[in-house]
Formats: sequence, C-alpha cells, structure tokens
Amino acid sequence: MIPLQHFLLIGAVLFSLGLFAVITRKNAIQILMGIELMINASILNMVAFGKYDKIDNTGQIFGLFIIILAAASVAVALVIIMNLYKRTQTIDPNQTKSLRG
Amino acid sequence: MPGMRAGKTVRKRLKFRKEKDVVEQIIFYILTAIAIGSAAYVVLSQQLIRSVFMFFVTLFAVAGLYVFALADFVALTQIVIYVGGVLVLLLFAFLLSSKDALDTISEIPSGLLSANRLPAVLISLAFFGLLTYTFFNIDFQNLNWITSAQASGNVKSVTDDTIRNIGVNLMSRYLLPLEMISILLMMALIGATQIARKEPKAL
Repeated sequence: MIPLQHFLLIGAVLFSLGLFAVITRKNAIQILMGIELMINASILNMVAFGKYDKIDNTGQIFGLFIIILAAASVAVALVIIMNLYKRTQTIDPNQTKSLRG
Repeated sequence: MPGMRAGKTVRKRLKFRKEKDVVEQIIFYILTAIAIGSAAYVVLSQQLIRSVFMFFVTLFAVAGLYVFALADFVALTQIVIYVGGVLVLLLFAFLLSSKDALDTISEIPSGLLSANRLPAVLISLAFFGLLTYTFFNIDFQNLNWITSAQASGNVKSVTDDTIRNIGVNLMSRYLLPLEMISILLMMALIGATQIARKEPKAL
C-alpha cells in the first residue's frame, strides 16, 4: 500500500509546476497547459483521498466531474484563443491589451 | 509436523506479499519520476512544440498514478478524454495559431534564476513549501474520518468493483450534480460554437 502522503506530495509538486507555467509562459496555450497540470494534481488528491470512501465513492466521482469540466473549459478557452489570434495575430497574453479587439 | 508446514506456508505467503509490495512501490516511484520529470520538461522547455508533446507523457504517467490510488475508471477516463480529446485539441490550436513561435525558439532567457523567472520560482516554491509543511504536520493515520473509515471497513481494497459502484452512485446519490454538469457541458459547447462561428459582414 502506498501511503497517502506520497500521493499528496506528488500532487503538490505537479501543482507547483503548473503554477510556475501559468506565471512564466508567454503563450496562451501553454498557460492553458499549466492549468491542466494543476487540475490533474487536484484530481490526484481527490482520488487518493477517495480510497477511504468505499461506499459513497465521492473522490472518484468528483474526479470524473473535474475531468469533464476541464474538457468543457478547454473547448471554450481554445475557441477564445483562436478568435484572439484571428483578430490580433498573437496569443501572447501580455500583448493583448484591449478587450474589444 | 502439520503446524510447521502451515507456519512455512504462512511465512512463504508473507514473503510473497512483501515482494509484491516491493514491486508495487518500484512501479509507483518510476511512474512518479516520469510524471514529475516530464511535467518539469513541459514547464521549463524552451521549445514549445516539444513541451506540448511531453504533456502526453505527463498525462499517461498521472493516469498510472490514479491506478495506484485504486481509481482505474478515472485513469481510463483521463486517457480517453484528456489524451484523446483535450490534448489533440490543444495541439490543433497550437499548430494553427502560433506559427512564429514554432519557427523561432522564443527568446525568454533560460535559467531559473534570471530576473524574468525569479518571482515565479519564488512563488511556486513558497506554495510548495506551504503544502509540504501542512502535509508533514498532519498525522494522516489518526485523522478522525480516516480512523472511522478504517474501523467500519469503508476502505477500498484492490479487488473491489469500483466501476459498478461508480455507476450505481452516479445514478442514485450524485444524480443532481451529474445533471447539472451535463447541462453545463452543453451550455459550454453551444457557447463555444457560437463564439467560433464566422461573424456576419454587416456589422
């Protein structure tokens, strides 16, 4: 049996790496990838804690819900990024200053 | 004599279980190393397209970690939805949009301690330190809900039928969240197609 703490530590490492990507990257898609990394870390925590909930299975079910919501958010975010590229020819979030395009 | 033989078999079985545990731990830590290493490559690499492809490896390794947390269905869903759907979509948008980023290696100065990256390093290290400090201060074996779950036999074991449990729970206990999420997913996809469609020229 792998102890719970190891799962949590791996989740913490992945979350910090995702945070680093969100702060440093200059490409909207890579920022999105950092967010995905953070989401994966949180699902790992959910699932690891779900080991102690056999009857209700809350951890795994909400892990599934998180995956579905992440898919929806990625679809919307990519559409927004493509629209941004069509208008401004860049997807660097530092260079997109106006909201109305 | 029979008692001795029984003792021997018990010892053998114990040894076998211990070997199985060792193999389990070895595989787990290899997967951990792959996940963290490839995630670090995703985050730190200067070549953008390589980092996108390395994200595949990260997602597969994290799916393997879900299996070790006894969540095989979540691991399969991760592979089907993330690797099959989300990441291909990401790659698609990436190839369509950032042509100049693909041609030239971006001129972010490398090195973790450059002025560009130092604040980010500090923030994420501080966050990681906070999380680990919390983890090592909590005694997980003596938490209330964990001890009560262990006392009432509410802990998953490897042989449990989790998929059936997930199906029954989704249709009974978590029906309202499921419906809300399905409606939200539909709204998000309709909104996405609405945003993506070509604007009429008259405006």
